[in-house]
Amino acid sequence: MVSEMKSINGLKKPKFGVVVFPGSNCDHDTYYVLRKVLNLDAIFLWHKQTSLENCDVIILPGGFSYGDYLRTGAIARFSPIMNEVIKFANNGGYIIGICNGFQILLEAGLLPGVMVRNESLNFVCKDVYLKIENKDTVFTKDINGKSSLKIPIAHGEGNYFADAETLEKLKQNKQIVFKYCSNDGSIINEANPNGSVMNIAGITNKQGNVMGMMPHPERSSDSVLGKMDGSLIFRAMVNNILN
Amino acid sequence: MFKAKVLIKRRKTILDPQGKAVEIGAKHLGLSNIKNTRIDKYIEFNVDTNNRQSAETEVNDYCKNLLANPIMEDYEFTLEEI
Repeated sequence: MVSEMKSINGLKKPKFGVVVFPGSNCDHDTYYVLRKVLNLDAIFLWHKQTSLENCDVIILPGGFSYGDYLRTGAIARFSPIMNEVIKFANNGGYIIGICNGFQILLEAGLLPGVMVRNESLNFVCKDVYLKIENKDTVFTKDINGKSSLKIPIAHGEGNYFADAETLEKLKQNKQIVFKYCSNDGSIINEANPNGSVMNIAGITNKQGNVMGMMPHPERSSDSVLGKMDGSLIFRAMVNNILN
Repeated sequence: MFKAKVLIKRRKTILDPQGKAVEIGAKHLGLSNIKNTRIDKYIEFNVDTNNRQSAETEVNDYCKNLLANPIMEDYEFTLEEI
């Protein structure tokens, strides 16, 4: 059991809130990584809550909220806590949506575009490589020395789509954070696991405080699993917030 | 009271992988003339009011905000008095 640290080098550690929707199934993994591996302050937030309990970072975890009925993320978007999450985002609060969390952010209109069924129609569960397209976000700044990050995906609807005008804006505003790539960092069709337009794996909003990504960094953050690249994102984020 | 029947269709410009996969089944059945299979959504529900205009407003709100995603889907509906 790791004793809880309230500060890093004398600075107050950011407090993470992991939102739990009915059907979330990566909430405990995320909480475990934040609390037990990275020794950060983290709490669960039930979706019916109307307070974010002074969290500095909100994570919408992976899973199948509301059974993925209607469209992925479509019903979770109306959970009571989402009003607070939207206000928090509009006030510059930091939010990460992972997998189903990304889908919820899209449905809530906090990120542009939509997610449709994987081109193959298969649920794809495997390690993929991600190229960091924008190294200047709060989520990626100071992740150095790697041409690509190895992080697993596990989804049936991760095929990101946006119209040409939206894609142009994403490019102009440097909102594309991660693209699927080969292990040497090349953006090629063969490295695209789901048919996402432009190999997009993760984007931010225009202001850069809200990020959605289909790959699961919490599943590659514990040395026991033999892969640690996901933890680089959480660590970079904490350092960037403290700075 | 009205019965609402809503049809939600994915825009033509958006790939429908399900439709494509089902069409492969049609080919296997030997149905060579089947083209452009699209799988859409049909939803029925009741609206508990006698005022047609307010029923329409409510159905529109339901469709726009939850049943359809206006980024990729269009919807149409009928209201039948019951």
